Amino acid sequence: MQNYISEITGSDIIAFVLGTVPPLAFMVVFTLFAVWLERKVSAHMQDRLGPMRVGWHGSLQTLADFLKLLQKEDIVASATDKALFNIAPYLVFVGTFLAYAMLPFTSIYIGSNADVGIFFVLAVSGFVVAGLLMAGWGSNNKYSLYGAMRSAAQIVSYEIPTALIVLTMIMVYGSMSLNDISVQQAGFIWDWGIFGGALTGIAKFLIIPFMLIAFIILFISSLAETNRTPFDLPESESELVAGFSTEYSGVKFAMFFLAEFANMFLVSSILVVFFFGGYQSPIGYLGHLLGIDWLVPIEQTFWFIAKGLFFVFVQMWLRWTLPRVRVDQLMAICWKYLIPYAFFNLLIVGLILLI
Amino acid sequence: MSLRTEEMVLNMGPQHPSTHGVLRLELVLEGEVVHDVKPHIGYLHRCFEKHAEAMTYPQVIPYTDRMDYLASMYNNFGYVEAIEKLMEIEIPERVEYIRVIMGELQRIASHMVALGTYGLDLGAFTPFLYLFRDREKILTLFEETCGARLLYNYMWVGGLSHDIHPDFVRKTKEFVDYFRPTIIELNELLTYNKIFIERTANIGICPAKEAINLGLTGPNLRGSGVKFDLRKNDPYSIYDRFDFEIPVGEGLVGTVGDCWDRYYVRILELEQSLRIIEQAIDQIPDGDVKSAVPRRVKPPKGHVYHRVEAPKGELGYFIISDGTVNPARVKVRAPSFVSLSAIGEIAKGYLIADVVAILGSLDIVLGEIDR
Amino acid sequence: MKSPEEIFEILKAEFQDAVVEIDSELPVEPIIIVDPLAINKIAQFLRVNEDLQFDSLMNLSGVDDANGEKITEEDGTVTIKGGTFSVYYHLHSTTIDHKVVLRVITDKNKPEVESVDPVWKASTWHEREAYDMYGIIFLNHPDLRRILLPDDWDGYPLRKDYENPEYYDGMKVPY
Repeated sequence: MQNYISEITGSDIIAFVLGTVPPLAFMVVFTLFAVWLERKVSAHMQDRLGPMRVGWHGSLQTLADFLKLLQKEDIVASATDKALFNIAPYLVFVGTFLAYAMLPFTSIYIGSNADVGIFFVLAVSGFVVAGLLMAGWGSNNKYSLYGAMRSAAQIVSYEIPTALIVLTMIMVYGSMSLNDISVQQAGFIWDWGIFGGALTGIAKFLIIPFMLIAFIILFISSLAETNRTPFDLPESESELVAGFSTEYSGVKFAMFFLAEFANMFLVSSILVVFFFGGYQSPIGYLGHLLGIDWLVPIEQTFWFIAKGLFFVFVQMWLRWTLPRVRVDQLMAICWKYLIPYAFFNLLIVGLILLI
Repeated sequence: MSLRTEEMVLNMGPQHPSTHGVLRLELVLEGEVVHDVKPHIGYLHRCFEKHAEAMTYPQVIPYTDRMDYLASMYNNFGYVEAIEKLMEIEIPERVEYIRVIMGELQRIASHMVALGTYGLDLGAFTPFLYLFRDREKILTLFEETCGARLLYNYMWVGGLSHDIHPDFVRKTKEFVDYFRPTIIELNELLTYNKIFIERTANIGICPAKEAINLGLTGPNLRGSGVKFDLRKNDPYSIYDRFDFEIPVGEGLVGTVGDCWDRYYVRILELEQSLRIIEQAIDQIPDGDVKSAVPRRVKPPKGHVYHRVEAPKGELGYFIISDGTVNPARVKVRAPSFVSLSAIGEIAKGYLIADVVAILGSLDIVLGEIDR
Repeated sequence: MKSPEEIFEILKAEFQDAVVEIDSELPVEPIIIVDPLAINKIAQFLRVNEDLQFDSLMNLSGVDDANGEKITEEDGTVTIKGGTFSVYYHLHSTTIDHKVVLRVITDKNKPEVESVDPVWKASTWHEREAYDMYGIIFLNHPDLRRILLPDDWDGYPLRKDYENPEYYDGMKVPY
């Protein structure tokens, strides 16, 4: 993408700046949409209507809310650590945004088709932890501190099963580039990662149950890493009021909000790339059928976003169904169950790949 | 070698999402572990007892509404029965039946809030709204009867403020038929949820002996496995005519007397209340609900302690009459008041999240604690 | 099951002078009047005695008996001198299922009652409330602080001779 723009404009700097625009635009639009979706999903699950007044079925409600948030007074309590307090929301946002650079929306547009791919995603998510810790400590509020500490412990712990599953996937696909991984799943639905991907012969059948286990572990970890119910302890409102974001208002609060929803899509799309074919269509492309080449990337974008949204919906579904686990149970799930299973899975998948 | 660290004091409240009102809990914490819980109350103190001394007896009834605002009917019930006991008024059968039906509907409504907010405390939002949807049906029944949805002032000394609506019997039966399946739905959604059980089983255990000593009553006491219900053990009104059971905590998923047991007893009580309503609704005799209302409520010199099984536990009124139209002393033994005083004993040594679970399982209403 | 009269006999035999009398004149229940400084021992006896087993304290309430001597000054102000406070204990036995009401009477100028907190933990907050509202001092209570009113509140509002303060913390009280 950058190469293409720099050829037109003749400047690398402009090319890089312009290259960041689509993910940013996507993030903002997606957040507006996802907040509305979350409200509607929760409302219909709870036998009520949700927002109905602003626009068609309240579709402009989040836009109105966002405008309201922008106008809010930016309250900074006098006892806060100003520098940390002010930087934290942006750091959290940047951490999430950077990871978007790696997402392969289509085969032709990727923010950065770096070979480190998923490795980069895992690395920059670390920013989020730092940001949350800074927010919690800088707020000088006990609830915030508890929220931040829980959050840091939770995200750091759940990075281990995530990393183990990612390692397994790198073994299966032989690549860290998310685009390469997607390309390997080209074809039809049985070519997707969860059905053994591009493997052939007996290995393809043997690996299916282990891919399923890997998917479940990665899905649980991703719920924990995005602080969604049943793992939303850092901001559990019935215990810690709002956790690390207790003291934030206005734009800074909106930043946390934006990052949280963007993160939901990010982890969903990682799941999609590993197990559900990335941007690949399950039923073949209309563009190929009709011989219109420019239709293919559009279809790919559609499939990528649709699959991502499906998992975002599943996350919402879980949130409005399940209660919240306790902090020690959260750690027990990670260390006693997920990590041993992930190790075991890694071993078996390695053996299968050897035959 | 253990590293000694300083304890941290966390003020949970007065404005906090899960203190069920304006309550401040002073938690002494080490990490996430709670070493001590000190409740601070009084933020909602409205001088009920001082007011009562300046009012005539019937004028006190609206004040009782505002104590446990989730079970106003039952607050009326206890108060008017105490006065009737003091004045030795015989009240018509029809009034007794309507009072029992209203009381049991109120118990269901109060338990719905208790169960729903308990789910909310543990992060399950949806059951709360399902229960509020169904509670709305009960409030509509009340509204049709007496015009109010929350604070009814419905029971008068010797009678009732209004007779029931002509459709009341039919609509109540419809509600009973409608509500039974939703209990099953609630059980599937919340009660037997693995995470919910993990959060509540073996948490906040209160053994039977200690529960009695701490003065726990109602579902909290029965959750500890004590088969004690004033409707059976110290019958008042016409409760001795109905066939119902007293559910007790059995430790199905944990230890007897844990949070889950207290929660589950409330679920089972919904069914028992439905049974009482079903039996009573067909037997309502004809009559005038105001025939026994005295023109002037002026009890003889004396004192009475009358207790009823309110949805939250034993609600007692201690009334001293000096022979005038104003009570000399009205002391309310509010069930939540005593339940909350027990939290210091029950919640020690658990985690912050468990304190929320324990507080929710005790089902307190601050309006009644602070009076 | 024992009637209040029988319970009175048992207590009289055990504690002699500390148990003053039984008052069964007034409706609805008879009351056993006991010594405020012996109430903790009597309570302990009531709880552990085989025949009584009063394991549950239903209610504990402070009462202003309003029996003081009214003195009208020359300028028309009325002051109340002397008089007594009472504390009523409503007990119930969950095992034997009988009830009894105890009353202690204490002097208004020196309202001191032994705490029954070691016997029934349910009394902790009830006693704090009686202290808060009447200023009755419960001796040996573990945590006798105001409970419903703010810590810096002056006076005891449920006393019959209580007068509303003009100001509290700079805020005008009557409105």
